[in-house]
Amino acid sequence: MKQLLLSAALTALAASPALANKVFVSNERGNTVTVIDSETWEVLEEFDAGNRPRGITIAPDGSELYVCASDDDLVRVFDPETYEELHTLPSGPDPELFVIHPSGNPLYIANEDDNLVTVVDTETHEVLAEVPVGVEPEGMGISPNTQYVVNTSETTNMAHFINTETYEIEHNLLVDQRPRYAQYTADGTRLFVSSEIGGTVSVMDIAEDGTPTLVEKIEFEVPGVLPEWLQPVGVKVTEDGSRIFVALGPANRVAVIDGESLEVLDYIIVGQRVWQLAFTPDERYLITTNGNSNDITVIDVEAEEAIQTVQVGQQPWGVVVAPD
Amino acid sequence: MLKFNALLAAVTGMVVCAGPAAAVDVKAAVLRIDYDTLLPISRYEYPAEDLGFAGAALADQDNGTTGQFMGHTFETETVAVAPDGADSALADLLEGGTRLIVVMAEAEDLLRLTDAAEAEGALVFNALAQDTALRGDQCRGNLLHTAPSNAMMADAVMQFAVWKKWTDLFLVAGSNPEDEALAEEYRRAATKFGAEIVEERTFEDTGGARRTDSGHVLVQRQLPVFMQDAEDHDVVIAADASDVFAEYLPYHLWTPRPVMGSGGLVPRTIHGAHEAWGATQFQNRFEELANRYPRDADYDVWLALRVVGEAVSRTGSADPQQIRDYALSDAFELGAFKGQPLTFRTWNGQMRQPILLYDGAITVSVSPQEGFLHQRSPLDSMGLDQPESACTAFN
Repeated sequence: MKQLLLSAALTALAASPALANKVFVSNERGNTVTVIDSETWEVLEEFDAGNRPRGITIAPDGSELYVCASDDDLVRVFDPETYEELHTLPSGPDPELFVIHPSGNPLYIANEDDNLVTVVDTETHEVLAEVPVGVEPEGMGISPNTQYVVNTSETTNMAHFINTETYEIEHNLLVDQRPRYAQYTADGTRLFVSSEIGGTVSVMDIAEDGTPTLVEKIEFEVPGVLPEWLQPVGVKVTEDGSRIFVALGPANRVAVIDGESLEVLDYIIVGQRVWQLAFTPDERYLITTNGNSNDITVIDVEAEEAIQTVQVGQQPWGVVVAPD
Repeated sequence: MLKFNALLAAVTGMVVCAGPAAAVDVKAAVLRIDYDTLLPISRYEYPAEDLGFAGAALADQDNGTTGQFMGHTFETETVAVAPDGADSALADLLEGGTRLIVVMAEAEDLLRLTDAAEAEGALVFNALAQDTALRGDQCRGNLLHTAPSNAMMADAVMQFAVWKKWTDLFLVAGSNPEDEALAEEYRRAATKFGAEIVEERTFEDTGGARRTDSGHVLVQRQLPVFMQDAEDHDVVIAADASDVFAEYLPYHLWTPRPVMGSGGLVPRTIHGAHEAWGATQFQNRFEELANRYPRDADYDVWLALRVVGEAVSRTGSADPQQIRDYALSDAFELGAFKGQPLTFRTWNGQMRQPILLYDGAITVSVSPQEGFLHQRSPLDSMGLDQPESACTAFN
C-alpha cells in the first residue's frame, strides 16, 4: 500500500508521467521470479517460480504470467498482481522458451530435450499439437499476422517455419551455429535469428505469403574483445523498425544496429553474460538480464545508454514487462 | 578446388529448403580395437562396453533429426574387434561400401587402417589416439583428428599453471615409453609458455598389484618418501600415460602442492559434470541413451560424426572427398558445447577445441587461458601450430 502511495506521488510529480509497469525477471538458479517497478526500478517482490525458470511471458491483457519451469517439465501460471500460482500448463519435457499468440491463446513452447514444439491452449489447458523440430529447439517467434511460428533448433542450426493453422513445417532455413532467438519486425517483413556460436544475426526478408529469404548476416566486432566472446542471444526490434538491439552474452554488451542499413552503430556495456531483452510498452527502456552478475541493466532507448543496474535473484535468464 | 567448395557451401547455406531436397543416405562406421589392458586405478574409469559407440548413437540421432528436414538419413555401424581382427573388419566395412570411418585405435594400428582405407577413397576420423606425431610427420591426408593431441592436452595444463603463476614445476614421469613421450610434451610446453622444470623424477612401473585391499596403506607410506627432498616447486606435473601412479599423487606428496596432468587436475574433452554452454542438453540426451556419463571417446566420436552431419547438411553430399574439403574450408564450423565454434587446422587435419580442466567433480577451468593469444585463434596456442607441424599431406 505504501508502495502504491509512493508511486502515485511520484507519478503526480513527474512532468510527463509514464505509467509504471511491473518487470518480471526469471532467475534460473534461484528458482524465483523478481518483480521490479519500471519507474522507481525498485524490487517489489521475489517469489518462488518452480525449478529452473527460464522463458517468461505475460498474457496480452496482463492477466496471467507464464513461466517455463524447465526442470518441472511444465509451465507455471501466476497472477501478476498477487504472485499466487493459479495453475500449471502441460508443456512437454524441459520447456525453455515460448511465444504467446497475440490473442493470448495458444502458447507455443520449445521443448529443448525432446526436439518438439508443444502448442498449449491457455484456456482449456490442453495440448493442441506437438510439432517435431530439429535438435535442441530454443528460439520462438510469431509473425505479426500469426500465420507462422518460427522455432530455432540449436544443434540442427535451422529456423523452422510452422504454419499455425496446420502445424506443418513449411520452410526450413539453415543458419549459423546455435541459433538462439527469432524476432520479427512489427510489420512482419523481416525476421532476425541470432546464432550464439556462429556469432552472427541472420536477416531474412519475409514475402507476403510468409516465405523467408536469407538476405544478410550481421557480424560483430569490438576492439579488445575476442571474437569468440561475441555471442548473440536475445534480439529486440523497435516498433518502427529503426533500431535492433542484440544481447552479446559473455561480451557483456548490447549491440545497437540501424534497422535500415543493418550496420552496427554502437555497443552498450551492460552486466555479465547478457541474455534476454525486453522493452517497456512505451519503448522508453530496454531491460537486459545479466546471468553472471545477477542483475539487470536498464537502457535508455532514445539515448542508447545504460542508466541503471538492479540486483535480482540468482542467474537471471528471461524478462517480460507487463502491458499498460 | 578448396575455394570452389567453400563458395558452393556458402551458396548452399543460403538456399531455402522447402521440403526434402535431394535425398542422401549417409553410411558411416565406428571401428574400435579392444586391447588387453590392466584395469584402471579408479573404478570410475572402468571402460564402458559401448565406449565411443554411445557417442555414435547420439550423433546418428542428432544428425537424423536434422536430416529429416532435408531428406538425409544417417546410419552408423559399430564394430569392436581384437587387434588381430582389425584389418579384416576394415576390409568388410569397405567391401560393404562404407567410406566414412571413425577409428578408435592406437597410433600404429590407426595408420595401417588409414592407409588401407585411403586405397578405397575413404575418409578416416581419429577419435582416440593422442600421439602428437600423428599430427606431425606421420599425418595422412585422409585422416582428420577429433581427438586432441597430447601436445594440446599438455599445453592446456601448462597454460593454466602459468596463468596461476605456478611456474616452478616438479615433473614426475612413468617409466614406459608412452609416459616418457608424455613427459616430453610437458617439457616442451614448459619451454613454450615460460615455466621451469626444477625437479624431475621417474616412477618405475614394477608391474605390481595396484589395487589390493592394502594398496592405499603402501601408497600412503611409499609415495611421500619417493617425493621428498625435491627442489622448491609450485606444482607437481604427472606424466603417467600408463595409469600406474598419477591418481595416487594428490594427498600423498611430501610437500603439499597441487597435482596436474595425469592426476589431480586432468585435461578432458568432456566429463559428466560439464554443463556450460548448453552442455546440459548434451548430457541429458547422452544419459538417456547410454545410462551413463560420457567419456572423452564418446564425445570425440560424436564430434566426428557431427562433422559429417554438418558437412552433409551444408553441401548436400556424402562424398568423402567433399566432406573432407568442406571440413577444411573457411565455411565449416561446428557448435559443440564449448562456447565457440570448432574448426579444423588446415595444415594437419586436427580439430581445434577448448580443453576442460577437470578435478574429478567439476570443470575447474577451460583452456586456452585468457591472455594466451594467437594471430589466428586463441585455440592455436594449444598443440602443433602451422610452423611446428612437419605434416605435408595437406599441402
